[in-house]
Amino acid sequence: MAKSEIKMSGKDVSVSYGAKQALFDVNLDIPAKQVTALIGPSGCGKSTFLRCLNRMNDTIDICRVSGDIRLDDQDIYHRDIDVVELRARVGMVFQKPNPFPKSIFENVSYGPKIHGLVRNKTELEEIVVNSLQRAGLFEEVKDRLHEPGTGLSGGQQQRLCIARAIAVSPEVILMDEPCSALDPIATAIVEELIDELRENYTIVIVTHSMQQAARVSQQTAMFHLGHLVEVDETDTIFTNPSDQKTQDYITGRYG
Amino acid sequence: MALYILGALLVVALAAFIIGRARAISIAGREISSLHSRPTYHGGFLAIWASVPAFLATILLASLSGSYVENAVLDKFSDTLSTIGSAQTQAFLRDVRSLAETAGETGRQVILSTKGELREQAELAAELYTSQISTVNVAMLVLSVILVLAGGVYGYTRIKVEKRNRHFVEKFITGILVICSAVAILITIGIVFSLIFESIRFFQKVPFFDFLFGYHWSPQSAFENASGTSLAGDNSRIFGAIPLFVGTFLITFIAISIAAPLGLMSAIYMSDYASQRFRAIAQPVMEILAGIPTVVYGFFAALTVAPAIRGWGEAVGLSVSSESALAAGVVMGIMIIPFVMSLSDDVINSVPQSLRDGSYAMGATRSETIRRVVLPAALPGIVSALLLAVSRAVGETMIVVMAAGLAANLTINPLEAVTTVTVQIVTLLVGDQEFDSAKTLAAFALGLVLFVITLCLNVYALYVVKKYREQYD
Ligand SMILES: Nc1ncnc2c1ncn2[C@@H]1O[C@H](COP(=O)(O)OP(=O)(O)O)[C@@H](O)[C@H]1O
Ligand SMILES: [Mg+2]
Repeated sequence: MAKSEIKMSGKDVSVSYGAKQALFDVNLDIPAKQVTALIGPSGCGKSTFLRCLNRMNDTIDICRVSGDIRLDDQDIYHRDIDVVELRARVGMVFQKPNPFPKSIFENVSYGPKIHGLVRNKTELEEIVVNSLQRAGLFEEVKDRLHEPGTGLSGGQQQRLCIARAIAVSPEVILMDEPCSALDPIATAIVEELIDELRENYTIVIVTHSMQQAARVSQQTAMFHLGHLVEVDETDTIFTNPSDQKTQDYITGRYG
Repeated sequence: MALYILGALLVVALAAFIIGRARAISIAGREISSLHSRPTYHGGFLAIWASVPAFLATILLASLSGSYVENAVLDKFSDTLSTIGSAQTQAFLRDVRSLAETAGETGRQVILSTKGELREQAELAAELYTSQISTVNVAMLVLSVILVLAGGVYGYTRIKVEKRNRHFVEKFITGILVICSAVAILITIGIVFSLIFESIRFFQKVPFFDFLFGYHWSPQSAFENASGTSLAGDNSRIFGAIPLFVGTFLITFIAISIAAPLGLMSAIYMSDYASQRFRAIAQPVMEILAGIPTVVYGFFAALTVAPAIRGWGEAVGLSVSSESALAAGVVMGIMIIPFVMSLSDDVINSVPQSLRDGSYAMGATRSETIRRVVLPAALPGIVSALLLAVSRAVGETMIVVMAAGLAANLTINPLEAVTTVTVQIVTLLVGDQEFDSAKTLAAFALGLVLFVITLCLNVYALYVVKKYREQYD
């Protein structure tokens, strides 16, 4: 794997929910145009770290974040940073598909509309079609763009959410266990999609499936009880981990 | 007497429970676990057998005995009674009853309405009445004792190790629950039917369409001629309910115009903006607001708001009557704010957090998220909350009685006094009334209309809520 530039970086990131500390001094660099997988047992802080990257933790009253998190060498927790703009640059896909109870078209056009990215209807349609195509969903839904997005199958809904996220042309896409609510076939489709998206986007994905991490990611970070245990190229992690905990976890000896 | 028996049966049930339980334990000997059902179920089994048959029999006898005894009296004195009218017969029976009740006591004055010979007959009848009642009471007592003994012995001998009394008790409880819900349903049906039947009687006096579409309402001038039949021509002109509907609509409209925005916005604030701490304080305050009796709102409206509105009106040169639709509407609006708020709060909160997260993650602000995702998703539920609030406002009585006035003006000027359906029902029924005059019956007709309106609103609102729930389940 060629050494590539750093898109995002976290330095000494600590997070606590009220009195409970969930992350301890995490240092992690996210290389551009690669897929970084975050693995580790439940409750170890993977989602918490992911949510720091687009400041979704701001929506939780009791959550406190400290440390230095940068996007293109810009401190995203700086006073001058507009969270709205940040989230347009760092998109997110959730564990459970959550399309809005609107039509497929409106779901995808939501972001471009609120950010004023389009001047007229034609441009909007272009973006919607283009996003759906890149999410590999267009062929399946082109005849029913104006039917509710909630009427799609789980896998289609998740791809709709991906289309919704890429419609605002983000630079980074965060995915929190995007396949855990999907069946194996839908999972395979989404994994293929992630692999394609890597060409244009920087992707951070939380996953509980070791195979998935091995298949789609180039870098893997192992978390345990709020600490970053180790981070390395995915091949190295899975063939020759330096930490015993990682070894145990990926071979299934650890819960 | 029946009450004493029922009381005694409670004691019997308790005793039977203890005996049954002890019996089960003694049958089982050392090995309690050999019993199919735990000892308490055997106790329950015996308690049911010992008390329930006697309980039912007592209630049955007590409810039949009254008319049985009366019929016996009427039979005996049929010669005397055949010569007098039914009103007199009722008076006669009333006297018989009060004479019988005070029979043993001396020095207590009974006020009687019969006179002369009929009075003497009544005194004779009272003796018969008394003796009949005591016969019935004895019968009741004997029957109860027999049933308690028979049931008790039957139950006692049936307590066996393998007896499945757990299921027996279960079935008994199911039965009781079924009966209770059946009673509630039957009472509802009964009320609705009485409403319908009395309304039909009203519509025999006043044509249905004259009532529904007439625009003149002044039941005080209802006139009945000597034979008790109303002058249909007149009545159909004074029982026009349009002014009441318009008044109701006007006040409801004002109330909703106030409650809907305030209630909805505070619900949005509470669910999506307010901090945990603020919610913890504000929610109980809202509950207090919801718990204030409407009569308090009523005099608040009549004594504070109405004069204030009148004062403002005069200050800007408007003539405002001292009782105005505006005052009643405003206060009613305030009253239903907590109602609108808590209903919409439920609806808004049931929009899944994941949708909000989805929107925030797209870079939407809070108000964009509310306007574009939360409210559209919650809209059906909010609409139905407002419909429920409307039906609440339409049926509200106390505030309008005190603040809106009695004058049945046909107007949509909120500064004038208007009256509502509920207010008129109250005024029609207050004071001494012949029960079957057109005036009294009109209250039933108004009640029926009110019932139909609120029923439709509620059914539709609940239907919408239900459909909306399914969307997220
Ligand atoms: N909203 C929250 N409020 C309080 N504690 C939280 C919240 N979210 C997560 N936590 C806590 O933070 C820790 C890390 O959680 P999370 O990041 O969701 O773990 P993971 O995604 O690795 O399973 C857990 O102990 C969890 O209980
Ligand atoms: Mg998680």
